[in-house]
Amino acid sequence: MILTGLFDLTTRLVRMPEDGGATVWMPPQSSTIAGEVDWLFNFILGISVVFFVLIVVVMMVFVVKYRRREGRETASPSASNSVFLEMAWMAISIVVVVIIFFFGFKSYLNISTPPANAYEIQVAGQKWDWSFTYPNGYVDQDLHVPADRPVELVMTSVDVIHSFYVPAFRVKKDVVPGRYTNVWFEATKPGEYNIFCAEYCGTGHSDSSAMVIVHPSGEFGPWLEKASNFLLTMTPEEGGRKVYEIRGCQQCHSVDGSPRTGPTFFKVFGKEETLADGSIITVDEDYIRESVLEPNAKVVAGFEPVMPTYQGRMKDDQIEALIAYIKSLDGKTGEE
Amino acid sequence: MAEGHSAVVTPMSEGASGENYLTTGKGPLSWLFTLDHKRISVMYMVAIVSSFLFGGMFALLVRTEMLTPGATIMTADTFNKMFTLHGVVMVFLFIIPGIPAALGNFVLPLMLGAKDVALPRLNLLGFWCWLTGATVCMVSIVVGAVDTGWTFYTPYSTTTGTAVAGMTLGALILGFSSILTGLNFIVTIHTMRPEGMSWFKMPIFLWSLYSTAIVQVLATPILGVTVLLLIAERTLGVGIFDPALGGDPVLYQHFFWFYAHPAVFIMILPAMGIISELVSVFSGKHIFGYRFIAWSSVAVAVFSFLGWGHHMFTSGQSPLVNVIFSALVFGVGIPSALMVFNWLATMYKGAISLAAPMLYVLAFLFLFSIGGLSGLFLGALSTNIHLHDTYFAVAHFHYLMFGGTVIAFLGGLHYWWPKMFGRMYSEFWARISAALIFVGFNLTFFTLFVMGSHGMPRRYYNYLEVFKPYQQASTVGSYLLGMGFMIMAYYLAQSLLKGEKAPENPWGGATLEWATASPPISRNFEHEMVGLDPYDINALELSSDSGGYVRKDPSSILLNQAGGE
Amino acid sequence: MMAAMHSTDHNPDLADHFDTLDQQRQSSRLGMWLFLVAEILFFGGLFCVYVIYRVNHPDVFTFGHRFLDKNLGTLNTLVLICSSLTMVLAVRAAQLRQRMTLILMLVLSFVFAGTFLGVQYVEYSHQRQNALLVASQQAPDTDVPAEVQFEEAVSASVEGAPDGALPEAPMVEAVDPDVSMIAPAAAGPAGLATAADSMAAEAERNVVDVGPANAKTFFSIYFLMTGLHGFQVLLGMIAMLWLLKLTFQGAFGGGYSIKVGNTALYWHMAVVIWICLFLLMYLID
Repeated sequence: MILTGLFDLTTRLVRMPEDGGATVWMPPQSSTIAGEVDWLFNFILGISVVFFVLIVVVMMVFVVKYRRREGRETASPSASNSVFLEMAWMAISIVVVVIIFFFGFKSYLNISTPPANAYEIQVAGQKWDWSFTYPNGYVDQDLHVPADRPVELVMTSVDVIHSFYVPAFRVKKDVVPGRYTNVWFEATKPGEYNIFCAEYCGTGHSDSSAMVIVHPSGEFGPWLEKASNFLLTMTPEEGGRKVYEIRGCQQCHSVDGSPRTGPTFFKVFGKEETLADGSIITVDEDYIRESVLEPNAKVVAGFEPVMPTYQGRMKDDQIEALIAYIKSLDGKTGEE
Repeated sequence: MAEGHSAVVTPMSEGASGENYLTTGKGPLSWLFTLDHKRISVMYMVAIVSSFLFGGMFALLVRTEMLTPGATIMTADTFNKMFTLHGVVMVFLFIIPGIPAALGNFVLPLMLGAKDVALPRLNLLGFWCWLTGATVCMVSIVVGAVDTGWTFYTPYSTTTGTAVAGMTLGALILGFSSILTGLNFIVTIHTMRPEGMSWFKMPIFLWSLYSTAIVQVLATPILGVTVLLLIAERTLGVGIFDPALGGDPVLYQHFFWFYAHPAVFIMILPAMGIISELVSVFSGKHIFGYRFIAWSSVAVAVFSFLGWGHHMFTSGQSPLVNVIFSALVFGVGIPSALMVFNWLATMYKGAISLAAPMLYVLAFLFLFSIGGLSGLFLGALSTNIHLHDTYFAVAHFHYLMFGGTVIAFLGGLHYWWPKMFGRMYSEFWARISAALIFVGFNLTFFTLFVMGSHGMPRRYYNYLEVFKPYQQASTVGSYLLGMGFMIMAYYLAQSLLKGEKAPENPWGGATLEWATASPPISRNFEHEMVGLDPYDINALELSSDSGGYVRKDPSSILLNQAGGE
Repeated sequence: MMAAMHSTDHNPDLADHFDTLDQQRQSSRLGMWLFLVAEILFFGGLFCVYVIYRVNHPDVFTFGHRFLDKNLGTLNTLVLICSSLTMVLAVRAAQLRQRMTLILMLVLSFVFAGTFLGVQYVEYSHQRQNALLVASQQAPDTDVPAEVQFEEAVSASVEGAPDGALPEAPMVEAVDPDVSMIAPAAAGPAGLATAADSMAAEAERNVVDVGPANAKTFFSIYFLMTGLHGFQVLLGMIAMLWLLKLTFQGAFGGGYSIKVGNTALYWHMAVVIWICLFLLMYLID
């Protein structure tokens, strides 16, 4: 009876739901690889539960049965070694471990080999946000992908090591400055999923709010079309505001006057600022442009020189839109 | 002088004039400049226990902050410093020196029937290195602390404004302490074994200290080089790890883990040695599978050097390299599993006493099994990708380092306490404390497994609302842990002040440290000792008057005596 | 019958916790060897860095080593080998209790060691003059003597032809220590070439990758390794002074000659490490 109860418990802990929904241990399976990964996880979990229960039960039984007491002050004579038992135990462990290694290896081959026809998106990690560059040059702060299509991410970092992690997809890869790393996945369910940075990178390590947005088949193309042309369809100020949001500026610069990692944009245009070296400059178009392309050349006093550069990463039309937006934050035009 | 024993030889329960190593020589200088391994061991004990409490304080601060997502009691920057300092203090000041320095130093010469370690001056130098390194670390904490995580990954660690150079310099100096301890143990075991103690007549604890020492001597210099390169990068800009100057930040990870992976075996090997001693004595039985355990210790030490890359599966290194490291890391699980089997087999048909040290053995078997099994998830490539750098990994290594090493350390502490200080402690309060620690530990860390597999990354200040109940349960567990340790501090202090006087051999151990006074005289033994089977528990019997155990044939362990080997 | 306690008619050389002189000698020697193993591993890490960079950027090494003075290097090697010889003779003198010879040998070793450091200092100051410092402090656009022009050397080394023409390389600006040293990954990975990259591909890319940036690494490694070795030599010299002090104080006998032997072992290791450094850095082609 105890045995069936244990078996029941084990299966309940290790059950894989048919619909790939969330379990005690795992988030919902939302990529093609998630099923395999979860299967191995549950397999190892099952083996672990069996061995753990075995060890603990044997231990408790021995403690009770062989407890030192009146009439049992010394141990019963018994062998103190057995080559056969040692070999047997070693053999069992080796077999278990080899099986686990093999399944992990097999799935890993899938995980590490992107299909040839994958849709490629460039990723840049920075302190403390992500930016995603689509094949047509459009850059966004969220990762939009089509469902049921392999997507390959070609990633690099602009400052320190970060790591791109989507728990729902079971994928993770470090993002390293000075080189490119790749990761691929095929999303199976439309929806929004968290992207976490999984390599400690400083103050805002846990702050990135980037999401993967999986579009149902057929809807990705139209979305990309519309999003790419935002500057053409919006006024400079509105376009600039979108640049502010999707290019990572909002992580560090507020628009309501509150200081964050960087100076606020509220009423900053035309202002006279004192720099770290004591000199005074006026915040004009040139200064904003220079701050985007060479951010640590003229740092305002009281702030750390931590802003990453957008040299080569932001086109002139976006910079101009941004300037227009910042100009509009003068408290008078009702834009907050 | 104890009475009622054979007239041939009188095992002493006190030095002739009541003197022992604690009372010979007074004043702080007689301690600071001592060459007595026992005094050095006690100083290390004070040092590392203080470090443990200090590191534990940082842990409680971290856990308190995690009660709510976002700011609870501190800013993100402070939080980053808190978890980093927790790691740095616990790893470099507490657990690496840990069992070898604080217990090994005391017990090793005694188990060999020797008067001291082979190189006592080097031993003292090693302790001074610990003091110096710890001071440098403390100063670094005060002038700005560090916020890089205890792993100091580049390029973050080479560009952050915190006191990285100072802190890593402290770690380098502490590394010297580790090397000197290991060096001393290797030499002592090679040259100072007594008559009759061949390699396979040594207690298992010495096998484990020897294996640990090999790793200490061979791996710690790599830490030295890594830290040197890191400091050079920060202060001189040599460019080894900076891609803008032709360097590779991932190279740092290879260097770091080439030390740090063997380092975790520096942490666990001595713990396993203690468990072997305790499980035998408290089951009243010969250890099962002596040779297999001895060889497994050496195998673990050797294997430890082979698998460092399993910390780097997502770092961008080639898939082939990943496959090789995955295979290698599974190798180290085999000897560990063998040890668990042998410990259980030792208990079979034993006469099991549930004194405090044995409670820690049981706790160890429970917690080490979980920790070791959780390693299977992390060793397998596909699951590792999902679990790396999440709370799952944090739970894994805490179950092994805390549930393994610290629990074994506590077991050893409670086992050798009477020998070191000549006092017994309250068995009642010891049980309360052990229970609190066991329950508190599981509550703190088991929830981390579940959060981790759900995708909660480590070193995170903010987290998703859905994890809050788990985080709060974990924090409650950590407070229980803290309470358990406070109770322990209380009853151990009480033991020192007015504990019952300890007999020579309260537990019935057959290793040589139990054949001399508790606490020992400065020169350890009155007579030359001989090496017999260290697990011949049947050679001992409970004595009616001393309250402890005595040998049925006391002259058998003395050299040149009739009946001795 | 009580087992013999430690007799008070001990050999005064024998430390209290040892049973025999032999045990003491063995312990001392084993301890020294273990320490040397640790030293080897320590330097080994640096040699590892050397190997990795040499495999990935062989051109940097063939180019960089040209700026090292082979003559001074050879002189230093000879000086150290002589000092090794005098240390061997010192050990022999200690064993044979030849006090004057021992003192002479120790003094000679000390002098040789000092000469080594002196020559090293001269080399370092040459390099400093030529602005060949560690990576971040190299300022290629300051006054640099003609024979040290990096562009020419780069052209020379990359294609192997001394007059190979390469497009004028935009110089990496002197790195401002206040600025983050992590360059933006603007135009692709800067600096890190995989082993699979062909030399030609490297030459075609932005020469910032191949030229000065990587060349600095050679000197970083050079200064780190020779600097650490120099520190080792300094420690050896201090040990020699300590032995001289003991000799003057009249020490002799078993325990003392062990100390001389151990110091000599340490010194031989320092010499061996230098020979490896010399071969790997100065004599590359």
